[in-house]
Amino acid sequence: MSADGHSSYNPSTGIERWVDRRLPLPRLLYDSFVAYPVPRNLNYWYTFGGILTVMLVSQILTGIVLAMHYTAHADMAFDSVEHIMRDVNFGWLLRYMHAVGASMFFVAVYVHIFRGLYYGSYKEPRELLWILGVIIYLLMMATGFMGYVLPWGQMSFWGATVITNLFSAIPLIGESVVTWLWGGFSVDNPTLNRFYSLHYLLSFMIFGVVILHVWALHMTGQSNPTGVEVKNKRETVPFTPHATAKDSFALVCFLLLFAYFVFYQPNFLGHPDNYKQADPLVTPSHIVPEWYYLPFYAILRAIPSKLGGVIAMFGSIGVLFIVPWLDTSKVRSAVYRPLYKQFFWILVAVCILLGWLGAKPAEGGYVIAARICTFWYFFHFLILLPILGLYETPKPRPASIADAVLGGADGEDGGAAAKPAGATAAPQTRG
Amino acid sequence: MAETTAQTSAGHGTGPDADSDPNRRDFFLIATGAMGAVGAAAVAWPMIDQMNPDASALALASVEIDVSSMEPGQSIKVSWRGKPVFIRYRTEKEVAAARAVPLDELKDSDARNANLSGAEATDENRGVVGREEWIIMVGVCTHFGCIPLGEQGDFGGWFCPCHGSHYDTAGRIRKGPAPENLAVPVYEFVDDTTIRIG
Repeated sequence: MSADGHSSYNPSTGIERWVDRRLPLPRLLYDSFVAYPVPRNLNYWYTFGGILTVMLVSQILTGIVLAMHYTAHADMAFDSVEHIMRDVNFGWLLRYMHAVGASMFFVAVYVHIFRGLYYGSYKEPRELLWILGVIIYLLMMATGFMGYVLPWGQMSFWGATVITNLFSAIPLIGESVVTWLWGGFSVDNPTLNRFYSLHYLLSFMIFGVVILHVWALHMTGQSNPTGVEVKNKRETVPFTPHATAKDSFALVCFLLLFAYFVFYQPNFLGHPDNYKQADPLVTPSHIVPEWYYLPFYAILRAIPSKLGGVIAMFGSIGVLFIVPWLDTSKVRSAVYRPLYKQFFWILVAVCILLGWLGAKPAEGGYVIAARICTFWYFFHFLILLPILGLYETPKPRPASIADAVLGGADGEDGGAAAKPAGATAAPQTRG
Repeated sequence: MAETTAQTSAGHGTGPDADSDPNRRDFFLIATGAMGAVGAAAVAWPMIDQMNPDASALALASVEIDVSSMEPGQSIKVSWRGKPVFIRYRTEKEVAAARAVPLDELKDSDARNANLSGAEATDENRGVVGREEWIIMVGVCTHFGCIPLGEQGDFGGWFCPCHGSHYDTAGRIRKGPAPENLAVPVYEFVDDTTIRIG
């Protein structure tokens, strides 16, 4: 899976040679996770891919063991979760790891996505890599949503009701689609059963797409903070030990945060209403989804029309698929794009603000603010990104990663590196 | 197969009948493919249809409610097909307020009354003739399915706390994101004090 297809795997024992001739899996793993060259200037923002992989494995493992104790039935689900909490050995730990783990998974994926947006990681030739990432994100949202329904609390039930009702906005067939999704005339036991089945399935589908994501990554090689492609071997280091060590250190720091929430604030990111059993006849006074959906929920509510709101909400994720073609700038990294850098941070602020608004009641000034932010979100992607690439004057880029990070200190081609970086850079504006 | 391809490309390169000369092999190929598609669809349909409401869900068809103890201004909520149904014995003031609304002020001009198809959303069409003070509706917001709260909102009818939809005293949507009036289910007064829903 190395970018150039060249393998440096060298089986040293007879057994390894025997296996290598029959099923070269050790070779694949060696080339992918040991010898695989990564740019030597990757910073800590690039460690979240590894963190996400670990979180996925953690979710699958805790999920499999929780499934051994959970009962997917409308009359028993709520009690079976309490049974896990009180009776099952270490059940409290496993459940909190799974519930908090979902939140941590989303923390990491948001950092990962914004890192991609900042450093232009989605640009040619990494479009498919980016699109696979957006697909993983969509699958994560579906998995997270269905998982939140399983404890069968009030927020589970009413969250499921509101989200499945999104499909009733489809003209003509909407109502039939919703009835089909529910398996009845409201969210009920059949809904819970199928969500359980699909929640289990989707985690493995995520795993499958992650393999494609890593495959695509290893075809093009990693992007890097300069946005300048790797030009020679001197600009890379082998994945192991360099990236493995860096990823591991970042992972340990991340796990500290994870552990803090698991052991000290396990319910901080949840909602107290979900400790009340689902009641189909009483809607909680204030329904909120899990925090990681709040920006999209704010967009949904900002549009004063049912179908319009649903289209805007799905559109806000859909627009990510075409980001590689909306961004017209040839310059990858925001480091060398003075205007884009500012708009990037405005977008981050707008997304956080949308998240905050999504948790507020849909009235008065909150709605107006949500509309302004929704407008800005789409304006950023659909108008700003294409226009910026045409009119922005980028800063001079380094000619190579070696120029940027080694400063010509080592290496005989230091002549180029010694010049002002701009002198060797090609004109950056689009002609 | 190779023979066929060679023949087609070499021998029939020109003329309108170049592609309209199917031989036995092409026929078998298309027929097999078509039968395969039919078979795939026949297998897929049970996999899809199994998710639709099953016989036990469909069996919960109707409920009878005794409303003899209700006074004007009182509401009850009953469960029908897993959904709440509002039964409200309205006050004269509420009925008058609902009737005073001009039809062109309504967001949804359809009565949404399963007992009357295609009727206009007048207050009369939302209920039953002779029992105008009663309003019976599925208590599910037509926006995203929350349960509206009674005697609340800008019109003194129902208010959905989830996304701020206001319904009037006849359960018609007046303000907010919901697109339709609250649905009136199939029902009838079996006698003066009993309502059968469904």
